[in-house]
Amino acid sequence: MPKRKIRILIAKPGLDGHDRGAKYVARALKDAGYEVIYTGIRQSPEAIVNAAIQEDVDFVGLSLLSGAHNELFPEVVSLLRQRGGEQIVVFGGGIIPEEDIPFLRAQGVEAIFTPGTPMSKVIEFIESNRARVENR
Amino acid sequence: MSLVERVLAGETLAIARAMSWIENDHPDKEVLLDALSAHCWRALVCGITGPPGSGKSSLVDRLILRQRRQGRRVGVIAVDPSSPFSGGAILADRLRMQDHATDGGVFIRSMASRGHLGGVAGATADAIKVLDAAGFDCVLVETMGVGQSEIEVMELADIVMLVLVPGLGDDIQALKAGIMEIGDIFVINKSDKPDASKVRAQVEYVLGLAQEQMHPPRPIVMTSALNDQGIDELAATLADYHAALVADGLLERRRKQRVARELQRILAAKVQERANAALNLERHLDSWVQCVMERRCGPYALVRERLQEFLQEHNPL
Repeated sequence: MPKRKIRILIAKPGLDGHDRGAKYVARALKDAGYEVIYTGIRQSPEAIVNAAIQEDVDFVGLSLLSGAHNELFPEVVSLLRQRGGEQIVVFGGGIIPEEDIPFLRAQGVEAIFTPGTPMSKVIEFIESNRARVENR
Repeated sequence: MSLVERVLAGETLAIARAMSWIENDHPDKEVLLDALSAHCWRALVCGITGPPGSGKSSLVDRLILRQRRQGRRVGVIAVDPSSPFSGGAILADRLRMQDHATDGGVFIRSMASRGHLGGVAGATADAIKVLDAAGFDCVLVETMGVGQSEIEVMELADIVMLVLVPGLGDDIQALKAGIMEIGDIFVINKSDKPDASKVRAQVEYVLGLAQEQMHPPRPIVMTSALNDQGIDELAATLADYHAALVADGLLERRRKQRVARELQRILAAKVQERANAALNLERHLDSWVQCVMERRCGPYALVRERLQEFLQEHNPL
């Protein structure tokens, strides 16, 4: 049996239009064999969550460089839980100060990747959750 | 409630999961599809195909809006290619349609081709049934960017829109067999670009050569999806074309052909599956190869003999 295809939504919530990081990650995840749905910049948490549910993704990766992560990331997690997407694993990246990471993790953002993180760390994170998402 | 009941009730989570079952060949996929098939054939299925970058996603985005204004619920399946190297994919058609992300009357699903070559994914035809059974009035199927021969969309859509843009070649290209022959509605997008009217003239010329044999006649619509121009006309053309197909019994005929092909495909796949298992192909294939390579038998004779054994064993008479 080949491994089930893992689907990942890469999204940019809020008003920040800097999408190089998100595109880089999307491309690298494609090259690692995942199906990546990319929805572009300036997405509301509501739009991201609806897309995640329609696409039946296993992961949602949020990228933000504007500083609004403490509001927007937890909002995505909480909307996912409300809409029946509580099994979807949420991770984030961007310009995120070290001191915010414990708060975000407590809010259900399971991993935060800050600038300079090698892609292998992100892939490792996804693979370490494979069994969990495959059995949902 | 079972997944089938939840799909029929139009529940988003269930529709999404049913599509995943189809894509991933879930063990209960066939049961699901059999149950849903009793609720199909209500939606109008429109395929949108054309070369990469011709504006298919943007056109779909605009068409969704027109359908919604008329109160119709719209399902979209947008196919993008899988990497032949990693098997991964970037599915970004949705990016052009995100204005509809919070509209409960719109369901958009991105689909990777997963190695399927006809311009759609292997799972696309069955995924359409999920949307149809879930009560969407219109299903728009956007193919990957296609070249000259990826024409499978015509086997799963009621109506095919072929999107063309200026700069693709001369009128000889338009004459060739393949993709140019499967369009019901010809859309010339990026009509604001120079030479758009020339493309129209070329298409008119090619269609003109055969238009009298075509019923209904093939409309040509000029659009600029980016500037929202010509879209009302395109939506109206789609509605008229659909009405003409229904009135002449052509829609029924197309759908019959579709079911016939589907049954043939299922039969062939099931027979092959059974034969492979019965002949234990996995174990014997190497020795068959050996036999041919050592010139002890020809490939046709070998298969004919083995098949004979299989048929005799499985013949109850």
